[in-house]
Amino acid sequence: MSAFRQSVEAMIPALRRYARALARDLDAADDLVQDTLVRALRSERLFLGGDIRSWLYTILTNLNKNRRRSLARRPHFMPLQDDNPDASGTEAEGRDIERALAALVEEQRAVLLLVVLEGMSYREVADIQGVPIGTVMSRLARARAHVRAVLEGERPALRRVK
Amino acid sequence: MLPRSPDHGRDDRADARPLDCNETQMMTEPTIPVTEDELHAYVDNELPAERRSDVERWLATHPAEAERVESWRSMAEALHARYDSVVNEPVPSRLDLDRLDRRPRRWIIGAMAASVVAFAVGGAVGWIAHGAATSPSLLQSLTGEALDAHRLYVVEVRHPVEVPGEEKAHLQQWLTRRCGRTVQAPELETTGLKLVGGRLLPGPTGPASFLMYESASGERFTVYATKVGIEAAQMRYTAQGNTSALSWADRGVSYVVSGSSDRTRLTQVARLVYDQSERGGG
Repeated sequence: MSAFRQSVEAMIPALRRYARALARDLDAADDLVQDTLVRALRSERLFLGGDIRSWLYTILTNLNKNRRRSLARRPHFMPLQDDNPDASGTEAEGRDIERALAALVEEQRAVLLLVVLEGMSYREVADIQGVPIGTVMSRLARARAHVRAVLEGERPALRRVK
Repeated sequence: MLPRSPDHGRDDRADARPLDCNETQMMTEPTIPVTEDELHAYVDNELPAERRSDVERWLATHPAEAERVESWRSMAEALHARYDSVVNEPVPSRLDLDRLDRRPRRWIIGAMAASVVAFAVGGAVGWIAHGAATSPSLLQSLTGEALDAHRLYVVEVRHPVEVPGEEKAHLQQWLTRRCGRTVQAPELETTGLKLVGGRLLPGPTGPASFLMYESASGERFTVYATKVGIEAAQMRYTAQGNTSALSWADRGVSYVVSGSSDRTRLTQVARLVYDQSERGGG
């Protein structure tokens, strides 16, 4: 197996984690990872060196953006009741953080997850999203403020910010 | 990078004090106020080491901010607690690389079909066509054309394009009709590039579409595309002075993306163009 393929393969578990948190749905998340891998394998010859890890995260982030764009055109179904009375404390906490993530706009959720969950530097995230570092910082600040508000049970501001 | 704090002659004894001191520490508060960005950078370990102790001392006297920072830490813990287990799950077989690789790939099939057709047409012709698929000469001359057009029009202030980007639908329709293939202006906004517009150009193998993009800082990229008798050709890099180009061919259309001499930046743009041309048109 080529070094390229080995590097891609080694990234699959982390990509699945990022996708799961980004899409918050197991199947949709693995679809995203699958599309990312297909694209990466197909574009091997377009990869002129550099950081494979950042490149894979970039593909996945962009694919998710496209996916959400096409989802937006379809009717959106939300479960009416997602409380599970049997949930243990940890599960309930997990649900809270999921709910908080769901309240974020796409770019903010991606920044928060890339920095906090995937341990990316601000520079790497700026490259992945194709924006200046200042934009990454403001998205991160807004994401944290928003998640904190949701976790603390406040009504999140509904204003849509870039 | 975050702005680094200049040396401001801080009191060394203050450094030695425990962090959870009370208000009496106010008098040794760093002279440079701690910014919101620095608080995030502090939590994310992106703050220059020499500034960390300033932030820690500042937090000791700002309980509300300290609480906020603490909430970010527990937010990080909650995220890891919820999602880290995914890393240890067995990877489902549908994500197996060999399996994904075995799925038919349009690129390879297209390239193979082209050489099969070439051989079927007959020996000599077949070999010429086969040669064209691997020889860069046509692609080289197209790249030359594209770079000339790039240099000619990117300096143009008043008339860089014939049809402006605001009339994108019209632009695409017009170029599609005149070029005899689906022309779609790729979306390059993720790399900070906005469509300026496009024009029609004569090319060595027929009419070519020429699209121009611009970043907020005025950096311009162009995408030159035209029908060629090449089914597929690998991406090539060409540099001329302070302009450079990446060119390739895919399913009978050759593409030349020209722009800054920063190869990484150019590759980023070309990759987006490539990805979108795969989904149809370009």
